[in-house]
Amino acid sequence: MIFFNLLRHPVRSLLTIFGLIVATLSFGLLSTVVDAWYAGAEGASSARLIVRSSISLIFPLPISHRERIEKLEGISQVSWSRWFGGVYKKPKNFFPQFAVDPKSYLSIYPEYLVPKKQKESFFRDKRSTLIGRKIAEEHNLNLGDLMVLDGQIFPGKWEFLVAGIYDGKDNITDTAQMFFHWDYLNEEIRKRSILRDKEAAGVFIVEINEIKDAASISMAIDELFKNSPTETYTETEKAFQLGFVAMTEAIVVAIRLVSYVVIMIIMAVMANTMSMTSRERISEYATIRAIGFSPIFLVKLILLESLFLSFLGGAFGILLTFPAASLFSSATGTLFPVFEVSQVTVFSQILLVILTGFVASLFPCINAIKINITTGLRSI
Amino acid sequence: MNFSEIPFFYSFRNLWVRGITTLLTAFGLALVVYVFTSVLMLDEGLKKTLVSTGEFDNVVVTRRGAVSEIQSSISREQASIISQLSQVARIPLPQASKELVVLVNLQKKTSFTKSNVVVRGLNKVGFNLRRQIKIIKGRNFKEGSDEIIIGIAIAKRFSNMRIGQTLKFGSQSWRIVGHFDSGGSGFDSEIWADVEILMQSFRRNNFSTVIVRLIDSTKFDSIKKFINLNVRLPLQAKRERVFFSDQSKALSAFIRTLGLTLTIIFSIGAVIGAAITMQAAVANRIAEIGTLRALGFQRSSILFAFLLESIFLSVLGGIIGLFFAVLMLKLEFSTTNFTSFSELAFRFSLSSSIVFYSLCFSMIMGIVSGMIPAVRASRIKIVDALRAN
Repeated sequence: MIFFNLLRHPVRSLLTIFGLIVATLSFGLLSTVVDAWYAGAEGASSARLIVRSSISLIFPLPISHRERIEKLEGISQVSWSRWFGGVYKKPKNFFPQFAVDPKSYLSIYPEYLVPKKQKESFFRDKRSTLIGRKIAEEHNLNLGDLMVLDGQIFPGKWEFLVAGIYDGKDNITDTAQMFFHWDYLNEEIRKRSILRDKEAAGVFIVEINEIKDAASISMAIDELFKNSPTETYTETEKAFQLGFVAMTEAIVVAIRLVSYVVIMIIMAVMANTMSMTSRERISEYATIRAIGFSPIFLVKLILLESLFLSFLGGAFGILLTFPAASLFSSATGTLFPVFEVSQVTVFSQILLVILTGFVASLFPCINAIKINITTGLRSI
Repeated sequence: MNFSEIPFFYSFRNLWVRGITTLLTAFGLALVVYVFTSVLMLDEGLKKTLVSTGEFDNVVVTRRGAVSEIQSSISREQASIISQLSQVARIPLPQASKELVVLVNLQKKTSFTKSNVVVRGLNKVGFNLRRQIKIIKGRNFKEGSDEIIIGIAIAKRFSNMRIGQTLKFGSQSWRIVGHFDSGGSGFDSEIWADVEILMQSFRRNNFSTVIVRLIDSTKFDSIKKFINLNVRLPLQAKRERVFFSDQSKALSAFIRTLGLTLTIIFSIGAVIGAAITMQAAVANRIAEIGTLRALGFQRSSILFAFLLESIFLSVLGGIIGLFFAVLMLKLEFSTTNFTSFSELAFRFSLSSSIVFYSLCFSMIMGIVSGMIPAVRASRIKIVDALRAN
């Protein structure tokens, strides 16, 4: 009976289902965008500490800090990197580039998987680069290709040979980064007499033996350089990444807010359909009551119809989220390095669908219960 | 052909008859228009803030290729060549400000998270080059001292920014002696200090940028040409206004793309909602339509009447949406600008073209959602219609 009720206005039901699909889909995409924002923090480890200048990230630290950090207890290894900030062909093609110490860096980040041969050739050639799979695919780069970057912080043209392409250990690993030799950058700063600090690192990455020591080691590192011209600020990698998210917090808040707007729109549309349906059927409901069915029966009837409709739309919407997300991901390229639909997203979509079904049937149910049989029968 | 054979108020009054349904549908449309307008207002606000940061007759000289001030560096020698150029105004000192711009990580008041704030080192000339700056509390910093003044947007959002308090960055503490207002421009999100002291404190030997006031605004081309042709100067000159509005590009493109993609998706939802309402309106009035047709009204008149009803509905939604969006004018939005990597506060800003776009957008939604039901209404055969009920 519920099914036939839906077929009475096929166009209307179809439109409602379509609206629900659009809404569940956009809600899913929005949550995935927010997730992508936090992806850097999600993939970060608490066993790694990031040491940066206490003033702000733009101030480099002298490379000599490394030896002093290494001497501290509880530290298994130290590596370092420096932000390069170059443009590949067009400013639109944004991906982070780091000058790193190749050996220690890859050993401290085991989640970047590089075939042995490529790793060796990357270590050997000072002017080579290691790029993530996502960059390689986006710009169609292969081993042995030449990449020319236009330096914004370090002026001039910079040429690199692609020696390796790394993959992520799992799908939350960021594969939209580019690494090259810190030694090369350092030499070139001298050679080209660039007005930037020589012998300097942007951040030190410190791997610690026991996660529980993170706080005490962080304090010990900062204590080492206290009252020196280059004081440090040490935090876990996770906190460091969350700091980045916090800088653009307002945008995340805006996206979240907009997700709630979506929910409101779906509910309005659904509630609208249901209230129209029930108004048209007042005389029918009155008849049903007159035959002797209880108001509970009417409530069940309306509720099931509403739930059925929302489930149908919701199911399609959730199924479509996955292809839509991969489409969105390839359209935005390296902007969002990690773009995966999470289980939580799907779960909240389901919750949303159920909620919509219930809320939409609320008013019609109240109306149906209140029907006065005689007036109901009289209405057309 | 006269479209308006059926009086306007027929369409209008029909909406009143179905009170709740109309309201719900209009509410859906209003939310979409609200999001649409807010996105445009945010984008407009961002641009307005950064464009008003520049003066029309000031020129920013940076290292060639640098997009933001922190990426640039200019040696003392290069800087003095620039300030001695004949295009630079003198009263009697050359109106050139050699500035150092650094970022300092400071704590926000409400969320306790940290964000990068621009600290600009300049001198008296640099202060006077910005005509819009007013000290609203306390006084200006003294040259050669460790005093700083705080932009009003930073004073509001970051902790420990009251006059008399001290901030620690570089290798020393700085005393806050004043708050300044730059009339809603990007300088509101900055901290200003004496340039020489700031350079000592950060052990820098190079300036970031040189800002010069031109004798008159038309001299820009000649100064630009001189700098481009001079091999001793690996620098570039941009009008201050252009320089800062360029900094809005990345963030503005991001806000627009994300915001407008979202509104398009939402509008599909709302259009469907409106289409359902109109479809029902047609279905309920088959007999009425039949009567109208029997009275001699053309198909086109019926089509137009229903289309008009749908447009009324969506414009109603549009106006409600605009009303809510206008409430956003009170709010200030603050985020990290991608290009300068520093905190920037800006307001939602409304312009007449945004109002126009929003109303057009809601009308388009009305036409799209009303088209199918209206065509259906106009196609009803008189006989069938009169037989209904």
